[in-house]
Amino acid sequence: MDKDELIYMYRQMLLIRVFEERSAEMYAKAKIAGFLHLYNGQEAIAVGAVSALNPDDEIVVNYRDHGWALARGCSARAVMAELFGRADGTTGGRGGSMHLVDVKRHFWGGYAIVGGHLPLAVGLAVAAQYLKTGRVTLCSMGDGSTNIGTFHAALNWAKLWNAPIIFLVENNQYAMGTSYDVHSAVPMLQKAAGYNMYAEEVDGMDVMAVREAVCRAAERARRGEGPSFLNAVTYRFRGHSMADPDVQRDKQEIAAWRQRDPIPRFADEVLLKQNLLTEADLQAIRKSVEEEVEDAIAFADKSPEPSLDTLYDYIYMQPVSNMQIGGSLMRPPKTIGRLSATSNGRG
Amino acid sequence: MAEITYREALRRALREEMQRDPTVVIWGEDVVAYAGGGAYGVTAGLAKEFPGRVRDTPIAEEAIVGVGIGAAMGGMRPVCEIMTVNFALVAWDQIVNHAAKQSHMFNGQIKVPMVIRTPNGHGRTAATHSQNFDAWFASIPSLKVVAPATPYDAKGLLKSAIRDDDPVVFLEHLQLYSTRGEVPDEEYLVPIGEADYKRRGAHLTIVTWGRMTIESLKAAQVLAQEGIEVEIVDLRTLRPLDYALALESVRKTHRVIVVEEGWRTGGLGAEIAATLQEIAFNELDAPIARVAGLEVPMPYAKNLERATLPFAEDVVAAARAMMHNEY
Ligand SMILES: Cc1ncc(C[n+]2csc(CCOP(=O)(O)OP(=O)(O)O)c2C)c(N)n1
Ligand SMILES: [Mg+2]
Repeated sequence: MDKDELIYMYRQMLLIRVFEERSAEMYAKAKIAGFLHLYNGQEAIAVGAVSALNPDDEIVVNYRDHGWALARGCSARAVMAELFGRADGTTGGRGGSMHLVDVKRHFWGGYAIVGGHLPLAVGLAVAAQYLKTGRVTLCSMGDGSTNIGTFHAALNWAKLWNAPIIFLVENNQYAMGTSYDVHSAVPMLQKAAGYNMYAEEVDGMDVMAVREAVCRAAERARRGEGPSFLNAVTYRFRGHSMADPDVQRDKQEIAAWRQRDPIPRFADEVLLKQNLLTEADLQAIRKSVEEEVEDAIAFADKSPEPSLDTLYDYIYMQPVSNMQIGGSLMRPPKTIGRLSATSNGRG
Repeated sequence: MAEITYREALRRALREEMQRDPTVVIWGEDVVAYAGGGAYGVTAGLAKEFPGRVRDTPIAEEAIVGVGIGAAMGGMRPVCEIMTVNFALVAWDQIVNHAAKQSHMFNGQIKVPMVIRTPNGHGRTAATHSQNFDAWFASIPSLKVVAPATPYDAKGLLKSAIRDDDPVVFLEHLQLYSTRGEVPDEEYLVPIGEADYKRRGAHLTIVTWGRMTIESLKAAQVLAQEGIEVEIVDLRTLRPLDYALALESVRKTHRVIVVEEGWRTGGLGAEIAATLQEIAFNELDAPIARVAGLEVPMPYAKNLERATLPFAEDVVAAARAMMHNEY
C-alpha cells in the first residue's frame, strides 16, 4: 500500500481522537450541549472502512458519527461548528452532534433512533442496484442495535434482494450500560447466520484489518454477491455520552482495552516498524492535528448562530401555495408571537 | 411532609407498589445498569431492593411494550419504561393495535393492566429527541393517559396507574425530574381522570398539563403584578379528560387559553377548544386561544430551539393579548 495513504490513515485516526478530546472540553465549557457521543477507541473502524470504499459509495451511520464525518472528509471546522450549533455547521446547526451529514460526500447522515437507519441503508443499496450506479452502501451500527425489529427486517430484505450492502457492527460490547450478554441471546455472527449472510469477525482495533474486511465485502457486493456482515469488535474509551458517569463498566476492563489503542498500535506495528516514519514525524503529525482542531474551535466560536428566519426552511422541499406557517394552514399565531415568520419559498 | 423531587416521588410510588404487589415488575432499557438505574435515574436502587423484578431489556421498544402487554394478559402488572417518548414510536403498533384493543375488541375477556412510563422533554437534543406526542396518545380510545406536573401528582398518579386494570401511558418530563414539591409521608392516591386547580383567579382560565403547568404558574406571577389573575386548571389526566373542572372555571372567568408543549395543528389544545365552545359557547367573552410549540422538527441550535418551544413568556403574551381584547 502507498506510504502516503498509510500516513493519511494515521493522521485521520489522530484527528478524530484529538477532535473528540477537545469536543469533550467544549462540552464542559457549555459550548456544546445536548447529547455528545464520542468515538474514542473506535477510530480504526471509520478510518479503515472509509479507506476501503470508493468516494461515491454510500455511508449511513448512527449518532456516534463525528469520526465517520471526519473520516469521510468533512472539515473539522464544519463538524465543530455543527457541535456548536452554528450556521457554518454540516446542517447549519439544525441537527447537532447526532445528525451530521454531507451528501456531497455520500455521507448520508448520523441517525439517532437505534436501528432506524438500517432500512434506509438497504433502500440506498437497492437504489444503487436498480439504477446500476455500481455503488456499495456501508451501514454501521452498534451492537445494541442488533436486537430491534428493523435490524432483522433489514438483514432479511438485503439478503432476499441480494442488495450491495455491508452491515458493519461497531461492537463495543455495550449498549449504554447494558453489556452484550445482557442484551443479546446469541453471539453476533449467529445473527447474520440466521439470514445465511456472508459474515466475518474483525479486530476493530486494527485499522488494516478493518480496511481489508471492508474491501472484501465491497468486492463481493460489486461482483453481485450481495450483502455482507462484519462484526468489528472494539471498545469505547469513554462513557456512552458526556452524560454517562461510566460507573457500570469494570475499571480493569477499560484499562485492558486502552492497552489496545488502535492509534499507537498502528504507529508501532506499521508506520515505525516499516520505517515509514520517525518519532519526530509522529510528533509533527500530532502538532498539525492539534492545530487543525484548535483552528476548528476558533472557527466554530466565530460562526454565527443560524438566523431565526431559517426556522421554517426545508420543512418542505417543494413549496405549497397558501402556506403560512410551518405546514399549518392556520394564521400565524400571534400568541406564540416571538416569531412572526411567514414563509413561502422553501417552506 | 417532605419536599422531594419529581424523580424521587416516582421512585417511591414504584417502591410502594412493588412492596404491595409481587406481580409488579419494571422492565426497560438500562433501568438497572446505566449510572445506577435508569437513563434519568428514576429506578435507581430498585433492582437491589427487588431482586429479579427490575430487568434490563434489549433495545427493542416494540418488544418492551409487546412483551409487557402479554405479561399483563398473563397475570402480571408490568411497568415498562421507554427511555424517552421519541422511542415510543418504535412501539406505536403495540400501543395502538394491541394494548389499546384487547379489552373492547375481545369483549371484556382480556385486560391489560400495564403502565408505560416515558418522559417528554428536550435539551438541545434536536429533532428526533425533542418531541411531544401527548395529543396522539390522548386520541386513542381504550388508553388512559396521564401527565403529572408536580411530585405530589406524580406519586399519586403512578400508584393509581399501576393498580389500574387498563393500559396507562404515563408521561413524565425531563424538565420536571429535578423539580421539588411536598409529598406526604403517608400513603395516598391521585385518581386517574381528575383535573386540579393549581392556582385560583377570576380573570382568565389556563387549561394545561405537564411542564406547561409549571410555565403557566410562572406566567401567572408576572400577570398578577399587572392585575391579571389567572386560574390554572392542570388536567393531570389527558384521557379520559376532565372537562367538568375546566367548565366550572370557564363559567367564572369567561376566558380560556389552552397551553401545550406540542405542535399546534391537531394538538390537544384544538380538541379542548372545540369541546369548550360546544358546551360553553355562551360563557365565552373571547375566542379560546392556544399557546403551543412551533411546527418544525426541533432544531439543535440554541436560538432556534428556544424559539420553537413555548415558555412562560408566551403564556404571558397570550394572556395580555386576551385581556386587552387583541385577538
Ligand atoms: C429506538 C431507540 N431506543 C433507545 C434509544 C436510546 N439509546 C441511544 S444509544 C443507545 C445504546 C445503543 O447502543 P449500541 O447500538 O451498542 O451503540 P453504541 O452507543 O454502543 O455505539 C440507546 C439505548 C434510541 N436512541 N433509540
Ligand atoms: Mg455498543
